[in-house]
Amino acid sequence: MEEVEVSRHSDKEMVVSEDVMIELKAMHKWYGEFHVLKNIDLTVHKGERIVICGPSGSGKSTLIRCINRLEEHQQGQIIVEGTELTGDLKHIEIIRRDVGMLFQHFNLFPHLTVLENCALAPIWVRKMPRGEAEKIGMKYLERVRIPEQAHKYPGQLSGGQQQRVAIARSLCMSPKVMLFDEPTSALDPEMIKEVLDVMVELAEEGMTMLCVTHEMGFAKTVANRVIFMDDGEIIEENEPQEFFNNPQNDRTKLFLSQILQH
Amino acid sequence: MAEQTQNYAPGAHPDLPPPRSEVGVIGWLYKNLFSTPLNTVLTLASLYIVYLLVPPVINWAILDADWIGDTREACSREGACWVFIKVWFKQLMYGRYPVEELWRINLAYIIGVAGIAALLIPSVPYKSYIGAFMLFIFPIVAYFLFVGDSFGLMWVETPLWGGLFLTLVIAITGIVASLPIGIVLALGRRSQMPVVKALCIAFIELWRGVPLITVLFMASVMFPLFMPEGMTFDKLLRALIGVMLFSAAYMAEVIRGGLQAIPKGQYEAAEALGLSFWKMMGLIILPQALKLVIPGIVNTFIGLFKDTTLVLIIGLFDFLGMSQLASTNPNWLGFSVEGYAFCAFVFWCFCFGMSRYSMHLEKELHTGH
Amino acid sequence: MWNDPHYRALFFQILVLGAVILAGVFLVNNTISNLERQGIASGFSFLDKTAGFSIGESLIEYSEEDTYGRTFMVGLLNTMLVAFIGCILATILGFIVGIARLSRNWMVSRIATVYIETLRNIPLLLQIFFWYFAVLRALPSPRESATFGESFFLNNRGLSYPRPLYEDGFSLVVWAFIAAIAAIVIIARWARKRQDATGQQFHTFYVGLGLIIGLPLLAAIVTGFPLSWEYPVLKGFNFQGGKVMSPEFVSLVLALSTYTASFIAEIVRAGIMAVSHGQTEAAFSLGLQRGPTLRLVIIPQALRVIIPPLTSQYLNLTKNSSLAAAIAYPDLVLVFAGTALMQTGQAVEILSMTMAIYLLLSLLISAFMNWYNKKMALVER
Ligand SMILES: Nc1ncnc2c1ncn2[C@@H]1O[C@H](COP(=O)(O)OP(=O)(O)O)[C@@H](O)[C@H]1O
Ligand SMILES: [Mg+2]
Repeated sequence: MEEVEVSRHSDKEMVVSEDVMIELKAMHKWYGEFHVLKNIDLTVHKGERIVICGPSGSGKSTLIRCINRLEEHQQGQIIVEGTELTGDLKHIEIIRRDVGMLFQHFNLFPHLTVLENCALAPIWVRKMPRGEAEKIGMKYLERVRIPEQAHKYPGQLSGGQQQRVAIARSLCMSPKVMLFDEPTSALDPEMIKEVLDVMVELAEEGMTMLCVTHEMGFAKTVANRVIFMDDGEIIEENEPQEFFNNPQNDRTKLFLSQILQH
Repeated sequence: MAEQTQNYAPGAHPDLPPPRSEVGVIGWLYKNLFSTPLNTVLTLASLYIVYLLVPPVINWAILDADWIGDTREACSREGACWVFIKVWFKQLMYGRYPVEELWRINLAYIIGVAGIAALLIPSVPYKSYIGAFMLFIFPIVAYFLFVGDSFGLMWVETPLWGGLFLTLVIAITGIVASLPIGIVLALGRRSQMPVVKALCIAFIELWRGVPLITVLFMASVMFPLFMPEGMTFDKLLRALIGVMLFSAAYMAEVIRGGLQAIPKGQYEAAEALGLSFWKMMGLIILPQALKLVIPGIVNTFIGLFKDTTLVLIIGLFDFLGMSQLASTNPNWLGFSVEGYAFCAFVFWCFCFGMSRYSMHLEKELHTGH
Repeated sequence: MWNDPHYRALFFQILVLGAVILAGVFLVNNTISNLERQGIASGFSFLDKTAGFSIGESLIEYSEEDTYGRTFMVGLLNTMLVAFIGCILATILGFIVGIARLSRNWMVSRIATVYIETLRNIPLLLQIFFWYFAVLRALPSPRESATFGESFFLNNRGLSYPRPLYEDGFSLVVWAFIAAIAAIVIIARWARKRQDATGQQFHTFYVGLGLIIGLPLLAAIVTGFPLSWEYPVLKGFNFQGGKVMSPEFVSLVLALSTYTASFIAEIVRAGIMAVSHGQTEAAFSLGLQRGPTLRLVIIPQALRVIIPPLTSQYLNLTKNSSLAAAIAYPDLVLVFAGTALMQTGQAVEILSMTMAIYLLLSLLISAFMNWYNKKMALVER
């Protein structure tokens, strides 16, 4: 796999605070009889940028989808900003407001314009006046560098532009954490960079991020921790430098050798 | 919980069974039937509906039914009188076709079923020959078998035809004959020639826009007016022509869908090879398009098969017409429900089977690409 | 010149047109001479002649002295009545069954599946016969009617139900109802404007529900309930007073709507399934709850998929209502293309008129469908 060049945009130091943002304690999940996630323990601090990698089918998507309850876990605890995820709809609502999520296939609403996509949640969840919601929408569209597309429909945009709209749409809810599920893997190489650039900026502004990706350039430049998953378990976690140069576990070595060879 | 506290080396965690509430009969029942209060209410309401409907139907149709005997008096019990069906079975199947000639129909059935089975079973060789036989030779053979009056066979007039046999004749003739007309109409509708295109559109929209029953009325009262003096043709043939025109219009739209689904590149490639229009259509486009629309054709056939019951309104005794007739027989009054149930059952088996087959084909088409 | 495609096309078209015209002339000539020979009149003057037969049920005044033209209108209105009520019932039932089919409750979705697979694989005419001959005609005589609250009576003469008697002041109730609708429209607009301006949401639905029930009720109270009912009463062998739906009408509407509902259910299911699960997930992860997600994201997208085939089901239902002829419900086909045709023998005119009406309906509906599809097509590059 060709590594996409990723570079920092500013010299600002990316600080990690002591505050705990997300906490997973001995979390297990099953799909029917199939044990997908096994005994996951993970603590995410405010301002952390965590990259999760691992072979396909290892449970990466399932893990981050559990964090905003798109999937239900059956054992252990998930605590987001002090609120525990249970079947309680109120808790789910609170957590989903603060957790943004990006999907591999963007999932923009095709029947709404780009700006309407952005303004939808602020209007109906944050109960903002339309004008204000649209102003916020425009602000974030400018931030992802596509304000001129505001009145087009998603179907008229390229994949990279669509994913940037999806980022803007998420940002409009001012989330405290963002989850990314392979945000660039459905994109053509020349579009990957434009999306990664936006993600780097987000990180520099202090966003807490959990990112499933195989973009190792991104992991090296932005992440403060890399987590390797296999077979439903967290096998290894380390700082990027250590992780790439000095992997401990044999499975990690094997995975890295496969993904890094050109 | 024990497994929570136990520590394993990274990557060595075994697959554990899920909590008991998640799987097994209990988990399934909980998830699918009782997960919320609303769900529980729905489940109980559904169970009540099933309780209201199913036991009485089973009692009527099987447990309390009369199966043995061959007179009306044999039906003394509460439930269905299947004796009625038994007594009228021949009429329901063949109408008033002479009993000693029934072998002709059965022979055609056997050839037909064998041919179709050979086409459907993947491992049978010579598919194209069998297909050509079924499409071109079989109808001729069947025609001579059914009508007779040559090869030493007795002539059987069409007013004697009836029952399921007549239903099948109308539906199958309708669909087979409408296929070529439909192809021509579909090509015409996509043609660049304005006159041809307009004529085809007018034809298709006319028949698709009116109910079949008006077409059948037209066939029975207007066709005779169209013919030169002295020329008449029988009621069945008129109905067949009506059904044919009607289903050709629907068929044309199905085939047009298939033609539209063929990528433009195929047309361009064929033209680049220097093929003439008809060669391009016959060799490249139609074979692909027809394969795509087989599910659509099967669905059209199901619709037509159900619609053939309408011929009873113009006085032909198809399957439903025959059972209607049987239940108005003075000796057998009061058994119309049995007649309808039997008819419904047979129609259902045919239509359900075909719709499953067409769904299967559709799935195959989707995965085959 | 032979190899010039333009000339070839031209020549071919002239050939086709010529053949069609020739065939047309042949048929018209035959028809004219046949009509002459059989002494059948032609032209549409019969529409002004007295029909001389009576019709069991009619939405407009009709008697034996009325003309064939009036007969046509009676039949058309009866067809439209059946089609209209059938479409409404089929839509309600179809949406319920279609959504039930997607239910996570196993029993509910199973029952919906059985309903769909049973009804759509049995010929409609058979179902009409079943309802008419096996159910409604087999009901007890009026003396032994099944009754619902002593005001609805179901028997082999049909369904008797109370007739509303409008007294003075009832118009006020009607006006209150109209005012409620107007108020709802205004409130909905105002609520939207206010939400756009301030973000405050307004429960238009509940307020609307309150208005549409409350206002007419208030008017009724003020005017002292100006509506009374004339109940059907058993007198001798039959019911007097009230109104009656004929068994023909009831069974036709039942059969048409339950049959069509099985197709609508499949359309609804397919429409909802066509909206990918990712849409729901995206909406959820933005913090939208189930209700707004359905209303703002799923339903608008599903409706685009549902409405075109739904209108074509309405068209099918309307065309299928012509099966009325088989159980003698006086629809357009029975009274006009049946009785009137038999009496006058003017098959060409009568069938053309009948077919033209259905054709007109189809063309109108397909024009609507094209317009809708164009309007709703998602913009893609
Ligand atoms: N809805 C589901 N039902 C059953 N199994 C699932 C479902 N979703 C995912 N899986 C299985 O769970 C495992 C983990 O999936 P996923 O989290 O998508 O892996 P990854 O994102 O790491 O590729 C895979 O083996 C997958 O087949
Ligand atoms: Mg994944």
